[in-house]
Amino acid sequence: MRVHIKRFSLDDEIKQESVTYELEAKEQTLLAILQEIKSTQDSSLSFTSSCRSSVCGSCAMRVNGVEVLACAYKPKDGDVVEPLKNMPVIRDLVVDMDKALTCNTKAAAFSSKNSKNIALSPDDEKVNELQSDCILCGSCYSACPVYESNENFIGPFALTRSWRYVSDKREQDVDQKIEAIQKDGIWDCTLCNECVPVCPQGIAPKQDIMMLRSKSGVMGHIDPNMFGGGLDFGTPTF
Amino acid sequence: MVDVLIVGAGGAGLVAALHAKASGASVKVICKSYPTRSQTCMAQGGINAALSHGDEDLVEIHAQDTLKSSQGLGSKEAIDMLCFNGVEAVEWLDRIGVPFSRTSDNKIAQRRLGGATHARACYAQDYTGLKILHTLYDQCNREGIEFCNERFLLNIMTQESDLHVSGVTALNIKTGEVESYEAKSVILATGGYSRLYDRHSTNATNSTGDGIAAALRAGAKLSDMEFVQFHPTALKNSSILISESARGAGGHLLDKNHKRFTDELAPRDKLSQAILKELEDGSGEVFLDIRHLGEKFIDEELPQERKLAKLYENIDPVNELIPIKPVAHYTMGGIEVDNSSQTALKGLFGVGECANHNVHGANRLGGNSLLELIVFGKQAGENAAKYAKESTFTCKSKRVFESDKKSIDALRDFEVEIDFYEKKRAIGELFYRYVGIKRNEKELLSALDEILKIKDELCKMGIRDKSQIYNTNLIEFLEFKNILEIGEVVINSAIKRKESRGAHFREDKPFQDDENFALHTIADNKSISFGGEI
Repeated sequence: MRVHIKRFSLDDEIKQESVTYELEAKEQTLLAILQEIKSTQDSSLSFTSSCRSSVCGSCAMRVNGVEVLACAYKPKDGDVVEPLKNMPVIRDLVVDMDKALTCNTKAAAFSSKNSKNIALSPDDEKVNELQSDCILCGSCYSACPVYESNENFIGPFALTRSWRYVSDKREQDVDQKIEAIQKDGIWDCTLCNECVPVCPQGIAPKQDIMMLRSKSGVMGHIDPNMFGGGLDFGTPTF
Repeated sequence: MVDVLIVGAGGAGLVAALHAKASGASVKVICKSYPTRSQTCMAQGGINAALSHGDEDLVEIHAQDTLKSSQGLGSKEAIDMLCFNGVEAVEWLDRIGVPFSRTSDNKIAQRRLGGATHARACYAQDYTGLKILHTLYDQCNREGIEFCNERFLLNIMTQESDLHVSGVTALNIKTGEVESYEAKSVILATGGYSRLYDRHSTNATNSTGDGIAAALRAGAKLSDMEFVQFHPTALKNSSILISESARGAGGHLLDKNHKRFTDELAPRDKLSQAILKELEDGSGEVFLDIRHLGEKFIDEELPQERKLAKLYENIDPVNELIPIKPVAHYTMGGIEVDNSSQTALKGLFGVGECANHNVHGANRLGGNSLLELIVFGKQAGENAAKYAKESTFTCKSKRVFESDKKSIDALRDFEVEIDFYEKKRAIGELFYRYVGIKRNEKELLSALDEILKIKDELCKMGIRDKSQIYNTNLIEFLEFKNILEIGEVVINSAIKRKESRGAHFREDKPFQDDENFALHTIADNKSISFGGEI
């Protein structure tokens, strides 16, 4: 079996180049294959991994142009493996997530005021069960086309995280959260749906963004693109 | 210079950071990956607290269960501290937004785990650790806590005269540069060393005891390092964890003939020993059976388990048996700390799996490690902040920094003769076989021989990738060196403890010997002895 891996190194000023590795075909994950290459064929191959059970979010990458977790994907002959998009590549399959992660803070995606304990019903808890399954792997961020026109876009995972807290009955400062996602946030999304199929946890950030838009509307915020002309928020929304 | 430097950004590190900050200290966190990628995200079963919903659980009973499971090695004072603060800890997590599963009468749902007399593990499906970790991370973002990600801990800087901590050195993985981080106090929250068992561990690939090894080199003491918990139910081929909650919910363990052979809710040490016996002397195969729990229940309470069993073993637990084996899961031993979470070095604190607070003793109960992070994370954070406030100490020594820089540079110029990846795998096999669920003196001694041989050969090992930037070959080699250092302490401790207790089962000394061994095994960088009050 052959896999083609896009390699990149800042050290040698090598631009991205595809390197092909030959392996014995057997039933295993892409991560296991990368580890095998690294420990037996090429110790310079760089990637990140940790839990190997799809909960730590370290090994997101693209195979044939689609975001996957290497630990949850079983490769086929001829697969092309690349790093995530929209983040600086540090080396080979490793990207720098520092900037992407600041989106969580920008979106005020946290519990704002620690109130008294408020009882939740099983239904209350189910409201954001899926959103709180997020592992911050960055797949949705990589798949999002908005970054081509607005690099400051808060982006899918941080907006899902925002909805997680906004929808939480215990949250005491919904206003602050809704305020935080008006600029470079919910209205910049084109609702193209690219973030949805790539989520390894089955989360639908687009859906959460639509929920945030309707909540924003109820709270008196207006889609800036509706006025045309006066405000320029980058990509038009539909 | 920062007041409190936290090394490690799993649950323990994040809780410590939040509390140090709340105590008025300036705080910085360095970690070798990103905060939400730590081992804590893999905790599935739950966090213990005697909330007394519905049944008659009390904090005193939680403490009794924990003390009993520690088999004479737990400290009553520390266990009381852990259990009596459990309710407050869970209430705090609830207030900051952890989405715990709920009961039909709007209470936090709880389930029973092995060794517990009551259903006291609060959970969020089988994503308890993940959801706690991410919620803590979000709180750190709220508090503006500074993270320096992808920094690999090299060494702890101390002033030679009085073993006073002054910061740490770390390798910036992204740039390949050695950096020094000065601080008035340092909290190590760097996790355990289960990856000593390499592929025979449920843990993330980077649970390599880096902080423990660095503490040992700097002169701190380690205790009870021979106590390694084997989780009874990991997937047979991949060592991926199947949570205890599967058994708590009524899952059965079956032999090759599909007959039950043991009490599924016995503590992990006893159960792992029973399963090993069945694997070695009995039918040779053991399965976990959760088919009778039904698809709806499995998808509701154990969604991760179903996904992982399908992915790694090609079986669907809804209608098939899950082949399992026990593998290394949690290391009870660690850096010795006092009742303020401080180590033997002034200003150096430890918390989480890397530290030994004497709450788990010879066998940890499921659900107590997440609780430990919250309770002792707070203690460590507050005490480190207090220490920093009172400290007038400044150290400008560049000694450790210079020597680390030199040794990293030397590695980049070195021709490899022996492959360390091969040795890393060999150590894993050696430990699983000889320093695993059952041990005896003869095999321990031969394992020690092997380890010492590898140690001698270390000077011929190194890195083939000489790159500066994001050199994971280098990081894995540094992890390997830490594993090797810790492995030697684990074997020596296991040899010295000539009795059986909890997770340390010596087939040549099958009984607990309280007369001689109701003591902690204490190791420093020179020797191993028994001592310490229990």
